[in-house]
Amino acid sequence: MSKRIIAKKLMYALITILIVLIFNYLLFRVLPGDPLAMMMRNPRATPDQIEAVRRLYGLDQAWYVQFFTYFKHLLEGNLGISFVYKAPVAKVVASKILPTILMVGLAEIIAILVGILIGVVAAWKRGTKLDVWTLGFSLVTYSVPTFWLGMILVVLFCVQLRLFPTSGMLTPGKNFISTAALIGDLARHLVLPVLTMSLVLIGEYALTMRNTLIDVLSEDYIITARAKGFRERYILLKHALPNAMLPMITIIAINIGFVVAGAIQVETIFSWPGLGRLMYEALGARDYPLLQGVFLLVTISVVLANVLADISYAYIDPRVKN
Amino acid sequence: MKIKDFGKAIFKNKLALTGTVTLLIFILVATFGPLILPFSTMQFGEVEDILLSPSFAHLLGTDDMGRDVLANLISGARISLLIGAVATAISMLIGTLIGILAGYFGKGIDNLLMRFTDFFLVIPWLPLMMVLAAILGTSLWNIIFVIGITGWAGTARVVRSQTLSVRERQFVERSVSIGAGHAHIMFRHILPNVFPLVFANTVLVAAVAIISETTLSFLGLGDPTMASWGMMLHYAFAGGATAAGAYWYYLPPGICVVLVVLSFTLLGYAFDEILNPKLRGR
Amino acid sequence: MTLLEVKHLRTYFQTSKGLYKAVDDTSFDLDHGEALGLVGESGCGKTTCALSIVRLLPKEGKIHGGEICLEGTDLVSLGDEEIRSRRWKEVSIIFQGSMNALNPVMKVGDQIAEAIVLHEKISKQEALVRAGELFELVEMPVDRINNYPHEFSGGMKQRVMIAIALACKPKLVIGDEPTTALDVMVQAQILNLLEKLRKELNMGLILITHDLSILAETCDRIAVMYAGKIVEFGPVEKVFENTAHPYTERLIACFPHIGKEKIIPASIEGIPPNLFEPISGCLFYPRCHKAIPLCAVQEPEMEKTGEKHFASCHRIGEA
Repeated sequence: MSKRIIAKKLMYALITILIVLIFNYLLFRVLPGDPLAMMMRNPRATPDQIEAVRRLYGLDQAWYVQFFTYFKHLLEGNLGISFVYKAPVAKVVASKILPTILMVGLAEIIAILVGILIGVVAAWKRGTKLDVWTLGFSLVTYSVPTFWLGMILVVLFCVQLRLFPTSGMLTPGKNFISTAALIGDLARHLVLPVLTMSLVLIGEYALTMRNTLIDVLSEDYIITARAKGFRERYILLKHALPNAMLPMITIIAINIGFVVAGAIQVETIFSWPGLGRLMYEALGARDYPLLQGVFLLVTISVVLANVLADISYAYIDPRVKN
Repeated sequence: MKIKDFGKAIFKNKLALTGTVTLLIFILVATFGPLILPFSTMQFGEVEDILLSPSFAHLLGTDDMGRDVLANLISGARISLLIGAVATAISMLIGTLIGILAGYFGKGIDNLLMRFTDFFLVIPWLPLMMVLAAILGTSLWNIIFVIGITGWAGTARVVRSQTLSVRERQFVERSVSIGAGHAHIMFRHILPNVFPLVFANTVLVAAVAIISETTLSFLGLGDPTMASWGMMLHYAFAGGATAAGAYWYYLPPGICVVLVVLSFTLLGYAFDEILNPKLRGR
Repeated sequence: MTLLEVKHLRTYFQTSKGLYKAVDDTSFDLDHGEALGLVGESGCGKTTCALSIVRLLPKEGKIHGGEICLEGTDLVSLGDEEIRSRRWKEVSIIFQGSMNALNPVMKVGDQIAEAIVLHEKISKQEALVRAGELFELVEMPVDRINNYPHEFSGGMKQRVMIAIALACKPKLVIGDEPTTALDVMVQAQILNLLEKLRKELNMGLILITHDLSILAETCDRIAVMYAGKIVEFGPVEKVFENTAHPYTERLIACFPHIGKEKIIPASIEGIPPNLFEPISGCLFYPRCHKAIPLCAVQEPEMEKTGEKHFASCHRIGEA
């Protein structure tokens, strides 16, 4: 892919981010009246905080100065002060990034591996019971709200079977004698959130892989490979899969927004201390600076992830490379 | 594909039939249910009526406020389906319009509209909706509005590519050479040919709309005066129904959502098969 | 020993509408280094015939009878493993429309080399060198073996396909409409190339096409197929000059002769028979301009009508 096209894609991504930033800025100012009126209605906002926000956003100044101040603050990494935490938003957000990445990352990896595996087997044994069950499973998990699935799993594994803890990342107040014990406890807490997220994703990935692979297997070059005398397994691995993986990568990239939505729900149900739960709490408490901050971070991350996936795809697919 | 043939094909397809029948049942119950129920949904029960398990008096038990769950479920159907329907209508309108305009005019307008569409495709929907709902407030119409204006992007893309292929067809060329105006061509020629696709896409958008509403309500962004299924789940979770083992409270609304969305998805799958002959026999 | 002898081949397809007799009692043979043209309308069974030889039929297709003797060995009786070992090494295929016959994400050189490595005990490096030599053979720049299929034009892709087909030095090459998707100029080049290679390597060639004019140029023998059966079979000149079967006559008439006076080619009225239903008599009867009452009742046998020239028609031998 030529440098020009990469630059173009990056530019579009940057424009998108810019629009998001402007949108974020305008959010609280489009409504009539004092933008702070909303914050003032918030019972948790003390007069000092309101004053601090007023100064921070330069609300007593001309609109273009306000705009400039906003961007200046952004570049400094200043996202305001959280009403609830009474600390810089940037700091609060930063502390929650790792748990989310841990949980979501694990779920995605599992979902991709298992989903692809199931999809390949379903396509390979097309028309058999396994295939039909895969289709059914995918359709159902696609139709289930992620949070509800989480609720069911909680009831099943926590309340009924008492296998896993219902919430949090680590057992509170526990002293860990070794790193292994720490990781063990962490793992126990990770299982259900990761399982919930994975289940929903697996359905979609399996279905996509199955359909893509079926399409690929009907192409002429597969017949050519067979005519050469290769075994079916070789053809699947060396000819079919590499071609089927390309659309999969696109789907995984497009899905990132969906993963974010899932993360918010899962973290809420399981009280997982990540960005999703943070957003939920900020929403509930109408902690606008925090809400805006998380929104910005999450949205910009997704935009960047998408453009990166887009560019990476070009390096993988030889048809686009040139 | 002609609309008549499309209708016939739907009838024959088992998946489509299952989906349609299920949806019809829900719509019927939602429309007429509240009229024949002996209970008022907002009727608070006595303290001792809280979280009763199912019985003859309350077929699905009571919730954390002593209200009859079945009654709430049925009236919740009305709300969930209504929000889903109107939000879908808004999305489809915007999406189809933008798609046709982009595909028909091409070049600069197409580019601009598609960048606009891409923006909405990339932005993660839940954070966006959460923020919008937080600002605009959680009334019924705000929720419908929020879901509607964020769900059109996929439709726009699909309609655009269909418009592009229809545009190349000869009858459009003939129309242009006669001197037909843009609006005329778009509505009398392109729209009817794009319609089956739009119809197929609508069910998928509807599925997403219902899930969006349910999720938003669960997260506390629903209209508290109108208890949709999502709101029921919100109260169930907040009221500790999961810990209390009140399965009659948190299971039915979820099951209803799954059934409705599944019906839409099945219909979407079936439409896909019908419209795309390559997929038949998959 | 003849290279290929197809005897009474029957390949049927099991479909939802019933049993489809794509190839029904077909026989022909081919010598080493000879070129046979297999011609007929779309759907007459030519491709099925070719695919039956290497057993590349889709899962609904099965060989229900007959023999396919490649240098004496009946391929029909062989197991899967044995057929696989013979594929490409003894018989290779050049598919129609190589737009999709090449793996888009694999370098073409690798696609040649993998076939060689599969059938011969040499390393990939050596195989790639052979790939380069093959490229020279098909008159393509050697350094392009590292390109991907989409970087070639239609004609060049077909040359690549030929190079791949020759990779293991097969005794028989089947070209399934190898030039149909190409424009006339390129078509001529490809055909000339095939001719040249055939002579150089003493390869047997089965050229499948619906274009008689191509066959007239390149083939030694012609087999005319109609509705799953061979209706005429013989040396090219004989079939063209002493045409024995009415269908062949009409087929030849479809291609106007550049030297003769201008006639508007007449199409053959009617449509090919529905092979799902049992048909009595000659399959060509409804469309035949030479039909007699016997044709509706009795199916004609393959009869000798000249030196090595056969046809199945009741009207053979008449003046």
